[in-house]
Amino acid sequence: MPSDLKPVDAAKDRRKIKSVRRMKEIMTAYYIDAKTASDTGKKVAWITSGGPVEPLIAMDVIPVYPENHGAMIGAAKMGVDLCEKAEAMGYASDLCAYARADIACATEDGGPIGGLPRPDMLICCNNICGTVLKWYEVQARYFGVPLFILDTPFTHTEYSPAANQYVRAQLVEYLSFLETHCGKAFDRDRLTEVGRLSVAGQKLWQAVLHTTTHRPAPMSAFDAFFHLALIVTLRGTQTVVDYYTELLAEMETRVAEGISAVPEERFRLLWDNLPVWYRTRWLAEKFAGHGACLVADTYTSSWCGAMPYLDESDFLGSMAEAYSRIYINLGTDLMADMVVEMVSTYRADGLVIHSNRSCKPYSLGQYDIQRIVQERCGIPSLMIEADMTDARNFSESQIETRIDAFMEMLATGCSPRSRPFP
Amino acid sequence: MDAIERFRQVVADPKAYARRWKERSGGPIIGTLCTYAPEELILAGGALAYRIVGGSGRTDRSDAHLQSYCCSLVRGALDDALASELDFLDGVIFPHTCDSIQRLSDIWRLNAETGFHLDVVLPVKLTTKSARVYMAAVLAEAKIRLATLLDRPITNADLERAIDTYNAIRTTMARLYALRRKGPGILSGSDMHTIVRASMTMDRSEFLEDLRPLVDSLEGQTGAKNRSGKRIFLSGGVCNLPDLFGVIEAAGGRVVGDDLCTGSRGLTGQIDTSEDPLTAITDRYMRRAICPAKHAGITRRGDELVHQAKACGAQGVIYLFLKFCDPHAFDLPYLKSMLDAAGLPSLLIELEEQTEGRGQLQTRCEAFIEML
Repeated sequence: MPSDLKPVDAAKDRRKIKSVRRMKEIMTAYYIDAKTASDTGKKVAWITSGGPVEPLIAMDVIPVYPENHGAMIGAAKMGVDLCEKAEAMGYASDLCAYARADIACATEDGGPIGGLPRPDMLICCNNICGTVLKWYEVQARYFGVPLFILDTPFTHTEYSPAANQYVRAQLVEYLSFLETHCGKAFDRDRLTEVGRLSVAGQKLWQAVLHTTTHRPAPMSAFDAFFHLALIVTLRGTQTVVDYYTELLAEMETRVAEGISAVPEERFRLLWDNLPVWYRTRWLAEKFAGHGACLVADTYTSSWCGAMPYLDESDFLGSMAEAYSRIYINLGTDLMADMVVEMVSTYRADGLVIHSNRSCKPYSLGQYDIQRIVQERCGIPSLMIEADMTDARNFSESQIETRIDAFMEMLATGCSPRSRPFP
Repeated sequence: MDAIERFRQVVADPKAYARRWKERSGGPIIGTLCTYAPEELILAGGALAYRIVGGSGRTDRSDAHLQSYCCSLVRGALDDALASELDFLDGVIFPHTCDSIQRLSDIWRLNAETGFHLDVVLPVKLTTKSARVYMAAVLAEAKIRLATLLDRPITNADLERAIDTYNAIRTTMARLYALRRKGPGILSGSDMHTIVRASMTMDRSEFLEDLRPLVDSLEGQTGAKNRSGKRIFLSGGVCNLPDLFGVIEAAGGRVVGDDLCTGSRGLTGQIDTSEDPLTAITDRYMRRAICPAKHAGITRRGDELVHQAKACGAQGVIYLFLKFCDPHAFDLPYLKSMLDAAGLPSLLIELEEQTEGRGQLQTRCEAFIEML
């Protein structure tokens, strides 16, 4: 009955991103497709979030991302239960929460979508961490399916030609692995087309993220965390290109109409590390309450950061460099350079660093990045100790106090960059 | 002074040994963090490879750079470096190991003053031809860089001499391990640990000179001191807790073998002297016992562990796990089930460097060993 309806907050309604609905539809269809793969005769490959998905798309293999699933588990607040189950299986509580949740979930088909479809093969690219290697070894033993490892040597200071040759050789091995396990020849022309769509998708994703250079920002990092799922999972498909075209148009409209993610944006902040999936809304509202918008982050931008190395005319060959030189596979000072650049691009007033117990390669080195950014940009930073999916490592009162103090400091103008925009 | 006493003195204060060595020889010292450090290249370059196995127990200086959920080995090593405790180093070599040591390398390079810094980014995967080709390329490049950093050529003849020394050390250590396997009472666990640590610290030729007569004389007395006790195999990563051996022995256990990072792991595998030196070194790195941060098949560590423990006639396995060590933590459940399936009982001991809790450790070891 109309009288029972909640009063409509017109301003809030206007701020809602309309593409969210389409995104949910696409992700639902994708998971239904993946979960019914055994009925439709399609192969399923589990793949790491930084892994080369394009050859799978080209082979009509459905890529499934345990990390995306880990994020869903976190957002559904089911992380603690699954992590505890993994601990009961003997996995230390200090291990990555995605890995723990996934390992436990595989044994009971739990979690928000009743578990992931059983893999026919596992594709592990260690450009994001050494954890995925161990995690995929666990799953290869559990499921008894073939495991392909794409070993992308770490770049501490300089990218090495030997590493490039090594990864190129492995990409060829990857294609033969797929041929063997799919029982058909690899179509290189198809890969060229998928590669073109992948680059187009990444460019659009970059453009979407770039709209937040506008003040006030039409979206925030919290929105980016949500809209990221497609560029991760279905990169190389037309669906992604269409979706981000739509999302970009919506963002441009918002800019033109002055619709901002945060009402009365006063401060612009940069987020470092993965989201705190089970508290994104709380954090978004907390910062928004202070007039602060998290305008960009080092995480979602990783899925378009390697574009300079991609060459559409030699997609397969250029994948070697593009998949090796991603944000988290770089030395701490190279990461700091990128943060400094982002501070300038997005005109950030402060840096919010999530020290994520689940992710050592992302989090160790953050103190040095904090110092470098402070020295070079003169902006203050806040470090939050938490975990992306295991809510036991989140202390709300402590984090609230720290955010309030940080925002107060920004508001009183201790920071040279906290002046209101003219 | 007998050899074992000399080793004890070196290991009691390895830094003092390194400083004395430097004064005496004038040679450069290179710190390394892992058994995958290309020690043969270091020796061929006329330098002493000094293994850093954690710190002095403090972390207040490294706390400004590393979170508390980083392992104590990494935090301790950085703390020592920041506190100028490692000022005798002319450089450090970081082979690619785990996520934490990978970041430690960056943080070290940005903050510590320990001479030159060389990252040797070895492959993680050791199962393919392309990984082998890459490994060879990385070692070849490391040789060139090292020669530049040490400001002297590293010739094939230098490499061959270094290979001979390391082969001799590994062969002699293998004899010592065989002796212990046969008669575990021949040497206490802590002395065995001391010898392995000395092998990572001392001038390698001097170490070999001391080691050979020691092993010769021990071979002469086999059986004489064969104390009874339950046969224990030690598995795991870095053990920086020499007391542990005393605890195991007091509880009635006799260590008969190990696959520790501070144990047999870096001592496995011979280098083929009939091949080109770099090729032969590469081949050994591809073949030797692996660290869990590397991949050589999905059950390689479990297979090796069961095989070794059985070959040693072990009645039980004690697994030493350094808290926050991700590669080991991922392997623990499957290693335990493989040991269970092989009928080998196992005990997990979680360690943090320098934190002992000896009482509890003793109780657990006693209960485990009694059950065997």
